[in-house]
Amino acid sequence: MATFSAEADRRVHELISKYPDKKSAVMPALYIAQEEQGHVNDEAIKWVSEKVGMAPVHVMEVATFYTMYYKEPVGKYHVQVCRTLSCALRGAGQITEFLEKKLGVSAHEVTKDGRWSFEEVECLGSCGTAPMCQLNDLYCENLTVEKLDALMKRIDKENPNLRLSMKTDILGDGLKDLPRSEVI
Amino acid sequence: MTGHKKILLQHIDKPDQYTMSGYESRGGYSTIKKVLGMDPLKVIEEVKASGLRGRGGAGFPTGVKWGFVPRNSGKPVYLLQNADESEPGTFKDRVLLEKEPHLCIEGMLIAAWALQSHWSCVYIRGEYGYPYVRTVEAINEAYKKGYLGENIFGSGFTHHMVVHRGAGAYICGEETGLIESLEGKKGQPRLKPPFPAVVGVYGAPTVVNNTETLAALPWIMENGAAAYRAIGTEKSPGTKLISASGHINKPGVYEIDLGYPVERFIAEECGGIWNGKKLKAIIPGGSSVPVLRADELKGVNMDYESFQQAGTMLGSGGFIVMDETVDMVDVALNLAHFYSHESCGQCTPCREGGHWIEKIFHRIIDGKGQAGDMKLIENLCAQIGGHTICPFGEALITPALSCMKKFPEEFLSKIKAVEGETKGQGSGSRSSSMLAQVQ
Repeated sequence: MATFSAEADRRVHELISKYPDKKSAVMPALYIAQEEQGHVNDEAIKWVSEKVGMAPVHVMEVATFYTMYYKEPVGKYHVQVCRTLSCALRGAGQITEFLEKKLGVSAHEVTKDGRWSFEEVECLGSCGTAPMCQLNDLYCENLTVEKLDALMKRIDKENPNLRLSMKTDILGDGLKDLPRSEVI
Repeated sequence: MTGHKKILLQHIDKPDQYTMSGYESRGGYSTIKKVLGMDPLKVIEEVKASGLRGRGGAGFPTGVKWGFVPRNSGKPVYLLQNADESEPGTFKDRVLLEKEPHLCIEGMLIAAWALQSHWSCVYIRGEYGYPYVRTVEAINEAYKKGYLGENIFGSGFTHHMVVHRGAGAYICGEETGLIESLEGKKGQPRLKPPFPAVVGVYGAPTVVNNTETLAALPWIMENGAAAYRAIGTEKSPGTKLISASGHINKPGVYEIDLGYPVERFIAEECGGIWNGKKLKAIIPGGSSVPVLRADELKGVNMDYESFQQAGTMLGSGGFIVMDETVDMVDVALNLAHFYSHESCGQCTPCREGGHWIEKIFHRIIDGKGQAGDMKLIENLCAQIGGHTICPFGEALITPALSCMKKFPEEFLSKIKAVEGETKGQGSGSRSSSMLAQVQ
């Protein structure tokens, strides 16, 4: 049985107090559980259901409806390439092709060392800086194959935190000199 | 850039505008102080008089929407900011959330006072991590200053605000889907009526307004409805954020006076078509509005009425430009894939029909198209449109139908090429297609 940290516990209670109905905290609570477990597993469902007072089946329903809750483990660094029209018009297909070759895995598979995975996702609202991808929770915009390759090499070397923590509302440090946003 | 009025993007290039001190140094939070001394009903009248229309896509008059909320129903009134920006081609709210979060908060407070709402929520799409963090920081700053919480500015008015992260479902941008999601459920839209203004989140009267709509309120209340009406056209007053993307030299978010000519926008703001290519088509208001061919743009202006006359819509202002190299069958497939993936699964015509349409476009591109395929898609679309709980059904069929209607020869030539070939030979058209997806 997996255990959840005291910090996770405290945070979920704090969130619950902010809403008129505690069930509203199911989505942030799932994020917090995922943060601790790496993905949403059965323990996560059970823990969340106890916290927000919902039947496990209803928590499962929520977890499976929304794509940002991982039902299977993803790589430590998960690359999501936007494939929708504006990105496709500016060469998103080449980005995906490159990832497939570089990582030697298909979409939704994880590299053997557990470090990398990728998938194609729908419009991420970064159409003016296309093509783009999301490296964990950070946007990487105005992308070229060379730019992404260089970033991935740096990530392998520097192991930065690229996740948004719902326990602290802090976005990972990212990579130095990589802007948080390039949108204008 | 030509002399558009800057209401929303006035301070967007100031690096400290996202902070409380930066925002206040440029007059921020001075309008809400005055508004809190006004009769709330007068605020609603002012917003009605301004002609401000919902900027999320539907274009419904904001003040009229507020007017539907019953007063003294005995239930609390809730205000929700729709920042679940997910319409392909749209990234305007992201700019406001990242660079002007206090403007969004001040707009929320004005709406909250008008509606006498004591609790509001900013529903931000889950992928917007950075806009989420910026918004949370701004709200924390506002609480510290006493601009949120109890007895705001000594007015006796109490208002609490939370930020809620979505988790990757396009449909939560539909207001009743958003409400369901906030209640802790799958984001599947509700039947209307009852409308959210009467029965919304937690069974209480609720107003859902788009980020850009709310961000326009401080300017309107500061300068008055007449000043807002003086911008734009008679029926489409004010300014609109346009997110320009695709094959242009200068993609980005632009604030335009409504009624601005499309061709001029492409030539001047967008800096023309990239690589010296020719314009082929545009999708002016997000992926779910009809395509316009380059030859249909003469005399068309960027406002609700002019776009409607031209057979399309202003929508969210997600302005996608395509050059002459684009294959419209690819475009139709790309968007069909988006809609089949994002269907919430509640209504059968949309859940099943979306996949069928995608499959048929796929086989046309794969060189396996059949003679009746275009008719088949039209039939499917006729069975989806108007037969679903929410407008997603129409959003799904619009790009499919309009690509076929505006560029029938591109679909026909692919299908005919197959008919002319020896059976079983297949076609290499997919690999040559520019948008080909690696799957």
